[in-house]
Amino acid sequence: MVTDTLERPAAATAAVHKAEVRNLSFYYGDFKAIKGVSMAIEEHKVTALIGPSGCGKSTLLRCFNRMHDLYPGNRYDGEIILKPDNVNILAKDVDPIEVRMRIGMVFQKPNPFPKSIYENVAYGLRVRGLRNRTELDDRVEAALKGGALWEEVKNRLQDVAFALSGGQQQRLCIARALATDPELLLFDEPTSALDPMATGSIEDLIHSIKQKVTILIVTHNMQQAARVSDYTAYMYVGDLVEFGATNDIFMKPKRKETEDYITGRFG
Amino acid sequence: MNDKHISSQFDAELGSISTRVLEMGGLVEAQVGQAVYALTHLSHETAGQVLAAEERVNAMEVEIDNDLWTIIARRQPTARDLRLLVAIAKAIANLERAGDEAARIARTVQRLINAGVSSRLRLPLEDLGYESTLAITQLRKSLDAFARLDIEKALEVLKTDDQIDQEFEGLMRKLVTYMMEDPRTISASIDLVFVAKAIERVGDHAKNLAEAVIYVVKGMDVRHNTVESVEAMVR
Repeated sequence: MVTDTLERPAAATAAVHKAEVRNLSFYYGDFKAIKGVSMAIEEHKVTALIGPSGCGKSTLLRCFNRMHDLYPGNRYDGEIILKPDNVNILAKDVDPIEVRMRIGMVFQKPNPFPKSIYENVAYGLRVRGLRNRTELDDRVEAALKGGALWEEVKNRLQDVAFALSGGQQQRLCIARALATDPELLLFDEPTSALDPMATGSIEDLIHSIKQKVTILIVTHNMQQAARVSDYTAYMYVGDLVEFGATNDIFMKPKRKETEDYITGRFG
Repeated sequence: MNDKHISSQFDAELGSISTRVLEMGGLVEAQVGQAVYALTHLSHETAGQVLAAEERVNAMEVEIDNDLWTIIARRQPTARDLRLLVAIAKAIANLERAGDEAARIARTVQRLINAGVSSRLRLPLEDLGYESTLAITQLRKSLDAFARLDIEKALEVLKTDDQIDQEFEGLMRKLVTYMMEDPRTISASIDLVFVAKAIERVGDHAKNLAEAVIYVVKGMDVRHNTVESVEAMVR
């Protein structure tokens, strides 16, 4: 039989979805930035959103923690169903704060709070009512270990977070997000402000935390998407052009538009 | 399909490396042709030219390989660009080995001449000439297919490979007959068995090249399949 080397046999176990985007459109006032996108986010996998500027990838990412609610005139249409309890996180009666408890976010530029390293990580836990000092210490340590930062900061936990390097600050932000045990973690261009070494450590970190949390990442760096993700979605002017296993997208995409974009022929 | 990259320098690099593969292919094709001429005409001189060309072919393989690594390291190609470069790596390895077969034939010719074999000795040199015409045609077609990334041409090469195999078997039977009829031809005939095998291998390398073309265009690995199933898959 003719074999297609670029396709791998499907895993024996059926894929478990962490979230399902269903016919999602999004409007900035009259401007339709996302045009009826449907896709499933697999649990404990990294899904990358790629596409040229203005394609809607960051807009889509931000829908996941209702960040657009902050501005009037923005409107969602369609659903994002969070599993396993099947809650539509875009529903008006769902509190965005509740959504953000379950879905964390890491931004392009590291944005630690103007507090100590310890307090940055402990903050979310305190907000959640955790007061016991020993437990806080344990959770902070675990989160910093999860963020691959513990060894570098364990002796200076009370230093102000801004004393850390850019890469360390970003790992602190990841640790801060991990501290509250989110189910889904959103990364918006998490390494575009970092040097290659710091980028490498963040990518390594993404790889290790996906055992615990499902990851959705927006990146302009296609090689980064190829390196870190299991699935890749290519978007163009608000449409989801192609969505599939990263191996397929980068070796044998089905659509010409995707191929043109990832090979640098887009123009 | 949009054939131009945003980086015109990348286009230039890919264009240049493809051109050099074809140049190497042309060199090998000529080498095989000369080796066969040397054989059918028992020309010591032409055999020497084949051996002289081998050095150039080997050097080209090394140079193209080096350019390949450079492009891969600097451009991090994906999708069909990546497939093209992988296919080039395979193509030049096959071309180099086809060149080796030509050199093997040339050395055999020199040995035959040195051993005093002349055109007066009855040997099926014409038949070997026919087998090699088939092999050279295959090589040319596969290079054409590569130059134009032409699936149809690549399929033609796969379909014709059987003919060379049949020709090779026919030659074996013929050589056995010659050896039985005239034991003086035994030594030379054994050499010709190896020559026939070398020509058949040139055909195999052409086939590999054609399969690499299908890989570039379709992203499918069609090795180790019957021609019929390959055809069904790519159409």
